[in-house]
Amino acid sequence: MKYYRTHVLVCADPECIKRGAHEVIDSLQDELVAQGLIDEVQVLETSRIGGCSDGPEMVVYPEGVHYSGLTPDDMPYIVEEHLLKGRIAKKFVVPDVPFTDEELRAPSAKEVRIVLKNCGQIDPENIEDYLAVDGYMALAKVLTEMTPDEVIDTVTRSGLRGRGGAGFSVGKKWQITRNVQDWPKYLTCNADEGDPGAFMNRRVLEGDPHSVIEGMIISAYAIGASYGYVYCRAEYPIAVRTLNIAIQQARALGLLGENILGSGFSYDMEVRMGAGAFVCGEETALIASVEGKRGEPRPRPPFPAVKGVWSKPTNNNNVESYANVPQIILGGPDWYASFGTEKSKGTKTFALAGDVKRSGLVEVPLGISLRDLVYDVGGGIKDDKGYKAIQIGGPMGGCLPIEYLDLPVDYESLTSAGAMMGSGGVVVMDDETCMVDIARYFMDFTQDESCGKCTPCRVGTRRILEILNRICAGEGKDGDIETLEMLCREIKATSLCGLGQGAPNPVESTLKHFRHEYEAHIYEKRCPSKVCRALIRYEILTDICTGCTVCARNCPTNAITGERRKPHVIDPDTCVRCGICMQVCNFNAIEIR
Amino acid sequence: MTTIKSLEDLKKLREQALQKRDVKRAEGAAQVIVGMGTCGIAAGARETMKAVLETIEQEGLSGILVTQTGCIGLCEKEPIMQVVVGDGPKVVYGKVSADVARQIMKEHVIGGKVVENHVIPM
Ligand SMILES: Cc1cc2nc3c(=O)[nH]c(=O)nc-3n(C[C@H](O)[C@H](O)[C@H](O)COP(=O)(O)O)c2cc1C
Repeated sequence: MKYYRTHVLVCADPECIKRGAHEVIDSLQDELVAQGLIDEVQVLETSRIGGCSDGPEMVVYPEGVHYSGLTPDDMPYIVEEHLLKGRIAKKFVVPDVPFTDEELRAPSAKEVRIVLKNCGQIDPENIEDYLAVDGYMALAKVLTEMTPDEVIDTVTRSGLRGRGGAGFSVGKKWQITRNVQDWPKYLTCNADEGDPGAFMNRRVLEGDPHSVIEGMIISAYAIGASYGYVYCRAEYPIAVRTLNIAIQQARALGLLGENILGSGFSYDMEVRMGAGAFVCGEETALIASVEGKRGEPRPRPPFPAVKGVWSKPTNNNNVESYANVPQIILGGPDWYASFGTEKSKGTKTFALAGDVKRSGLVEVPLGISLRDLVYDVGGGIKDDKGYKAIQIGGPMGGCLPIEYLDLPVDYESLTSAGAMMGSGGVVVMDDETCMVDIARYFMDFTQDESCGKCTPCRVGTRRILEILNRICAGEGKDGDIETLEMLCREIKATSLCGLGQGAPNPVESTLKHFRHEYEAHIYEKRCPSKVCRALIRYEILTDICTGCTVCARNCPTNAITGERRKPHVIDPDTCVRCGICMQVCNFNAIEIR
Repeated sequence: MTTIKSLEDLKKLREQALQKRDVKRAEGAAQVIVGMGTCGIAAGARETMKAVLETIEQEGLSGILVTQTGCIGLCEKEPIMQVVVGDGPKVVYGKVSADVARQIMKEHVIGGKVVENHVIPM
């Protein structure tokens, strides 16, 4: 493609054309030729730059300057001043529009912040800020007023369940590790956070690191552990740095180390950086990696509670599990249990992603319906399209169709519906999403992240991916669905760790809820959502095409031909279905068939 | 800082931290807080922070407390800058480029006038 230093986008909507946009463009082109800039500056026709009410208007990139109220006679001035001398032609500049945005939000009233209470409110690099909001008061209460058994009892009664995976009771897990008669004992904090698009833990570590440290010290006291490791991926450099600063500050104040608060209890901790392999989030692989070994899982039992780091009893919890603890101690178990449902207490952070208006991180009470999560907290589907499905639980979760929109978000409901809580990754999909393609996307991820230690996961996920690739390429055959189902069953039943056991979930759940889409791909060679490239065709609507030539100039394979100001055509044999023409067309004249 | 050896020490430190904050507020000091989580930095928060510090230096301002914070959950509006002047309410600004930061410093922090078109309603 030709390189232009500057691009001028001129609005060519009917309103602007009526006001003389074409004359402005012609004058601009003439002036560029006259000034010898025609090879450096590209003029493009586009639509909807502003409101057209003060057109013709244009935007000059890379500066992004927006001019309006233009006439052909202004072009020599603009070309001379801006495009030649680089000075912005102030008198035509549209003033910065006020910052209004329907996605702009005050947090939804349905959000409740417990874990995220301090995030964005305090300076994470200054322990004084944390102390000012009752930081380490829970620790002081535990060390001066409570026995380890009372701490475990409080956490158990709060109903807090693990926030990183299967949702095991945090208090019960502590009890099990406490009961093992073997010392020293260790803690690990799982901050691997490998789910694509999820960053709940990162936010807590970066925004409120002391809450995690305090939670871990309390846990260590309850269990009788003397040392802890936070296992954080190296892709989170700011989290690692912030956490290290926080640990140093806590140590300097004597909140970590020997004889904490004069109680006789001693505990210290460090950060271990991982290389960012998804499997290292699995607890036995995490422990191996903490020990400096290759991050591969091993069979359980023995569970980490019995044989963990350095083959000693180890309690492993997620970042968010630990971060909840100080507030449970201060607020009391009944307060915490007042949020959520009967079996799923408290709040959970979710990373809302995909086709939702307000994507980002939210914290909501458990038991909220998927509908409220998507439409209230998330603001609804982007561009007001239809809702198709939600994928919850990360790459090993499941896809739930619209019939499940009123499902409460709690551990049991999600699991029985074929999805899972996981660590809080939520992908919302609109009605233009191909579910076979989605299954393929997640399988591509898990297949790539399979550590290769056990055969079902290493080979099985590969076979599934190959079949899905074939189906999406329009080469699916009779029997593929049955083979997929068999593979899913076998891989789940025989894999060594949760990665293989969970990897088939996206395929199984889409097969269950969207079987007709698989069938359309295989038997009719049709992608109902018009996503899979091999099964679609791009066509230009001749009655809408203005012949502006933008598509033809941007087509990487020169598949589009036509005369200027006359409708263009796409040659389907040369077209590679990249969709660039559709993206650059300003008149919605390109359709997928 | 000395080490905390007891609950009393901890309480004392908490009081001190709270007091420090209140004193600054009572003196009418301005507080400028820049979101420096991964999302903020990716959106250019380092430039924003630099612009704030440079403005303070160039204008010879004093009594302004510049701090950082983590992600407040509005990643798509980063860089985010929060401004508190004296005991006034906290104003949250979004999409604060270096230029906008300089504008906020001059108009709001010095001039006391909120820069409306970058405010995120909370
Ligand atoms: C492949 C795989 C990846 C995992 N990744 C994470 C992770 O990133 N973070 C996490 O907390 N737990 C992860 N888990 C779950 C952990 O094995 C473990 O159950 C969890 O850390 C326990 O903490 P919790 O009880 O506080 O939830 C993963 C599990 C598997 C099988």
